[in-house]
Amino acid sequence: MMLQFYSLLGLFMLLLTLSVRPMGAWLAPLAAGQLPARWQTLDSALLRVAGIRDTGMGWRQYALAVLVFNLLGALLLYALQRLQGVLPFNPQGMGAVEAGSAFNTAISFVANTNWQGYAGESTMSYFTQMAGLAVQNFLSAATGIAVAFALMRGFTRRESADLGNFWADVLRVSVYLLLPLSLLLALVFVQQGVPQTLAAYSDYTALAGHAQTLALGPVASQEAIKLLGTNGGGFFNANSAHPFENPTELTNLLQMLAIFLIPAGLTHAFGRLAGDRRQGWALYAAMSVIFIACAIGVMAAESQGNPLLAALGVDGSSGNWEGKEVRFGMAASSLFITVTTAASCGAVNAMHDSLTALGGMLPMWLMQLGEVVFGGVGSGLYGMLVFAVLAVFVAGLMVGRTPEYLGKKIEAFDMKMVALVILTTPALVLAGTAASVLLPPGLAGLANPGAHGFSEVLYAFSSAANNNGSAFAGLSANTAYYNALLGIAMWLGRFAIIVPVLALAGSLAAKKTLATTNGSMPTHGGLFIGLLVGSVLLVGALTYLPALALGPVAEHLMIWAR
Amino acid sequence: MQHALSGTATPTATPAASAVWWPATRLLLGLTLLLGLGYPLAVTGLAQWLFPAQAQGSLLQQQGRTAGSALIGQAFSKPGEFWGRPSATASTPYNGAGSGGSNLGPANPALAKAVAERIAALKAAGPLPAGPVPADLVTASASGLDPHISLAAALYQVPRVAAARQLDAGKLAQLVRQQAEQAWFGSDATARVNVLQLNLALARS
Repeated sequence: MMLQFYSLLGLFMLLLTLSVRPMGAWLAPLAAGQLPARWQTLDSALLRVAGIRDTGMGWRQYALAVLVFNLLGALLLYALQRLQGVLPFNPQGMGAVEAGSAFNTAISFVANTNWQGYAGESTMSYFTQMAGLAVQNFLSAATGIAVAFALMRGFTRRESADLGNFWADVLRVSVYLLLPLSLLLALVFVQQGVPQTLAAYSDYTALAGHAQTLALGPVASQEAIKLLGTNGGGFFNANSAHPFENPTELTNLLQMLAIFLIPAGLTHAFGRLAGDRRQGWALYAAMSVIFIACAIGVMAAESQGNPLLAALGVDGSSGNWEGKEVRFGMAASSLFITVTTAASCGAVNAMHDSLTALGGMLPMWLMQLGEVVFGGVGSGLYGMLVFAVLAVFVAGLMVGRTPEYLGKKIEAFDMKMVALVILTTPALVLAGTAASVLLPPGLAGLANPGAHGFSEVLYAFSSAANNNGSAFAGLSANTAYYNALLGIAMWLGRFAIIVPVLALAGSLAAKKTLATTNGSMPTHGGLFIGLLVGSVLLVGALTYLPALALGPVAEHLMIWAR
Repeated sequence: MQHALSGTATPTATPAASAVWWPATRLLLGLTLLLGLGYPLAVTGLAQWLFPAQAQGSLLQQQGRTAGSALIGQAFSKPGEFWGRPSATASTPYNGAGSGGSNLGPANPALAKAVAERIAALKAAGPLPAGPVPADLVTASASGLDPHISLAAALYQVPRVAAARQLDAGKLAQLVRQQAEQAWFGSDATARVNVLQLNLALARS
């Protein structure tokens, strides 16, 4: 079974690595804001239709545009959910979504989290899925990529106050990148068996003799952008474990690749903009090292099986089967679990709540690292670049030199922004978890007793504040308490990060770019990769080990000590 | 923060409110039309034209009426049929409009209790081979709609099905093996069987 896993992991990393250069080449002109000449006629026509003038924005202006655009997006998505009963494309006659749930879901999809307190097939009309949820799948992804572009421009422009134009960035990313990729992937999904219809659910008497109602819908079109945009919000409650969302081993592989495609390509686009492609490969290598180690860890934990069930006479050698699908097995489930939490996707092809204690801890920890191991589209790169600044800062302190990254001197203001970005999410996660295990409405949601119940809450806040969206789904989160608290955590986890990232971008863009000398620390070699991985792991470990000890570590010891 | 915005000419420091709200509204509504209606309707049109059977849910017809989907499991429960995995879907097992797993944690006593009951139900239904119970046969799937069981779980049910149908167990095991699909990079240990297809093949034989 381990051999099967290593083969799949090898195939996955090979295909991903092969995609990095072409994706980087596609992304780099968009990031630079300079399209090739043959595209310019089309581009100016598109901007004219949209009524956008591609004028430069400073960081404050860029941040204001991000906030206003996303606030309006959340309001529109809230309104669509509340009004879906009177809107078209509603063959199942779904009524208005309850206010608290609609609030939570609107923030969740705008913040690229796609945490879901509802079950799609019994809550959302086709119109809400298409024109509401899927639109934010595109736009939240485009927002993340735009912010990453702004930070890349900050590093690579000299003495400039121009971070680019947010409107033009969102429009170009949506139309030139996300739309064609989604169209192609959606059609492959349909060919493999993912439904795409506006007809009502199918009712019939099954061969087994019982009545069966089969939920259908425009699934494939939503599925494609759900993964490409690292959104992760399922059309159905079971998400990518549902045979209609993820019917075959091939769709499963494509889904995993789609999740990492843009985050991996962005590292290369960054290298191209920096004028030194090794800078991008260094980030890709650092991400890959952590990812591969965690994937092997999850597989090792899940293939161990559950000794408490083995004691009842169950075959433990085939792994921990509760909450997994047979067509994926231990290997493709473990890999997907790692991919979806390393990236801030949150789509699931297995129920994370039923993972082994350590198999559930690793995905939780990957989220807690700040979603920088590939991470969300755009947010993974800007998160990792923030850690890169931290790494050169730490290195600078060690040798007593002013830290530099790509020729930009890192100064007090920059480090303040870095500290804000790195400390905001842990504060949200730990405060939210602590409050919820102290307050009755928080404890009321627990589905599992003991240490695992604590893990459910810790996982929920880790997922929300880091904008992942996967869940230990036994937690009854569709309550006024969790809808409100997790909604706030998702919003702050997204936008209280984006604003300091843009401030950092503005500060960097305004600086001179210093020439590289013998004294500059190279940021493309093994030493830097090691420093970067070390910074990420150290911050993650120091912040979360005490909390993890109370949850999954305690649970693991209880299970195996008997 | 004065160094963040130097005095270059292009970006304006304090934009008028209309300079933000109007483009935001226009872009949001325009992209909602393109991505929220144009895109899914285009995919629907193409899908219905290119892959109509899959686009409608891979439905299976039996004697002129729909009897299931090739991709969705069903709650088989007769001794003379192969059973699928336990299902934790909302309200009834294999509810195609209420997918989901049990979300029971590995140490939850409710999980051990449910598994013990399923083992007892298997034992009560007919003869079983010696040896441990295949894990996927007594644990709930993630979707509750899993159409497959492992090859081991299908072979484990052969004595019961053979007894109920008065068939030769060796020939039945052969039929099961014919239905087996190999997993990528897998072996017999990771092979699987589609339960609906297996029962259909059984009915035909």
